Amino acid sequence: MAVLLLAEVTDGALSMDATAKAVSAAAKLGDVTVLCAGAKAADAAKEAATIAGVSKVLCAEDALYGHRLAEPTAALIVSLAGSYSHIVAPATTDAKNILPRVAALLDVMVLSDVTAVVDADTFERPIYAGNAIQTVKSSDAKKVITFRTSTFDAAATGGSASVENIGAADNPGLSAWVEDKTATSDRPELTSAGIVVSGGRGVGSKDDFAIIEALADKLGAAVGASRAAVDSGYAPNDWQVGQTGKVVAPNLYVAVGISGAIQHLAGMKDSKVIVAINKDEEAPIFQVADFGLVADLFSAVPELTGKL
Amino acid sequence: MKVLVPVKRVVDYNVKVRVKSDGTGVDIANVKMSMNPFDEIAVEEAVRLREKGVVTEVIAVSCGVTQCTETLRTAMAIGADRAILVETNAELQPLAVAKLLKALAEKEGPHLFIMGKQAIDDDSNQTGQMLAALLDWPQATFASKVEMTGDTVNVTREVDGGLETLALQLPAVVTTDLRLNEPRYVTLPNIMKAKKKPLDEKTPADYGVDVTPRLSVAKTTEPEARKAGVIVKTVDELVAKLKEAGAI
Repeated sequence: MAVLLLAEVTDGALSMDATAKAVSAAAKLGDVTVLCAGAKAADAAKEAATIAGVSKVLCAEDALYGHRLAEPTAALIVSLAGSYSHIVAPATTDAKNILPRVAALLDVMVLSDVTAVVDADTFERPIYAGNAIQTVKSSDAKKVITFRTSTFDAAATGGSASVENIGAADNPGLSAWVEDKTATSDRPELTSAGIVVSGGRGVGSKDDFAIIEALADKLGAAVGASRAAVDSGYAPNDWQVGQTGKVVAPNLYVAVGISGAIQHLAGMKDSKVIVAINKDEEAPIFQVADFGLVADLFSAVPELTGKL
Repeated sequence: MKVLVPVKRVVDYNVKVRVKSDGTGVDIANVKMSMNPFDEIAVEEAVRLREKGVVTEVIAVSCGVTQCTETLRTAMAIGADRAILVETNAELQPLAVAKLLKALAEKEGPHLFIMGKQAIDDDSNQTGQMLAALLDWPQATFASKVEMTGDTVNVTREVDGGLETLALQLPAVVTTDLRLNEPRYVTLPNIMKAKKKPLDEKTPADYGVDVTPRLSVAKTTEPEARKAGVIVKTVDELVAKLKEAGAI
């Protein structure tokens, strides 16, 4: 069995955490070849080669792959697909965009957000916002899979796989990149952070989100948000934790002013320790919290920040 | 300009589903069913484009059991002009739905598909991307803004790092994210009007599509439940508990 793994490469940089977690999941299926594609990808490829369990790295460096457009990247993967039994990636927004396109071109299904590998054809994946876990068996000749990274440990480093440069595939020329609006932050990345502090509708405004951010900074944590907070404009979209946002499983998750809708719980209930701060003692978040504090967040959170 | 909007009938988002004790699936008997929320956003966006005069016709499509007509009537109550039901009792997986939609596109000749990024039942997040691939059209998934200009559509997408804007040549496939719009409330007069709008009924055989599932479900289980912990009285107690647990 041979596995082709699409590494998460953004602006030339490898997302080590997501990629290494996907490698540890993929290693159960066979020999892992990692594909790094980007306008710049050489550094990412070198770094990917150090992940233990990677047997080879393919580096496709071309302007065509600079802005994660689905059409050219899917065409590249399809051009390589012949040699592999499994085509996999961490379940990031990029991979969720690209892999179903690859699968349809190969006339196979995708196994999305896989949380466990049973055998080469059989996998576990959550449905209904994680309220049920399905064990599914694929009858397709090739398996296309995205792995939910929060359920796999990252593969160690220390490997020394060979890196092979490969040429670009044909350009379908169907779409063009216009612009990115991304905020840079010194905080840890949300899906790989050891501690996450999230705010919900209860925070009340964009300005008051500073209370959440101050606690996060004190803890060296990433900042998250509920859908309600993002919809209300208190927090940017890439902070959303939940069924259709990011799925996190940090050592400590602090939910502030979040009621705990099932869609939010789907994104954080695998956290090791959950703290809930909410003034409504009936809030469902308390049913999953290890430690609950029924209090007004505007006094409790600054007090907590001060006492840490 | 024609827009096709696929809509799926799913368990209502407020319902917490129960796994059947024999592990054969999820119990959806007598559970409230609704339109997939992302699809509702898709219908709303298509109707707004028609209201702006950019689009001339909005066609809602659903693949599945007879009761999907209710979902299609809802789409028409929001403002879709007509609807097509591809009726089947067979289990439909994303690849099969994408193939049905491709066949429909070849019959109807739309310039644009707007559809939900994922259904909240199987959480697959695949059908739009697969449809774009099968048609060899460009795709823009997870849209938070859609602007039509001549024969291109500019789409702002919600991605892991923030937002990204793409320009797609038409025809194209766009899948919706939560922030694209807030669907309108359906009014009674519009529900009455929707009952008179045309609804065509077809079957997968009419399109010559093989919908055989590729994935078989071996079992369905409950996730491990978390136990509720303790309620602390003060911030000091919380800090002490967190230290005790080694969390900070």
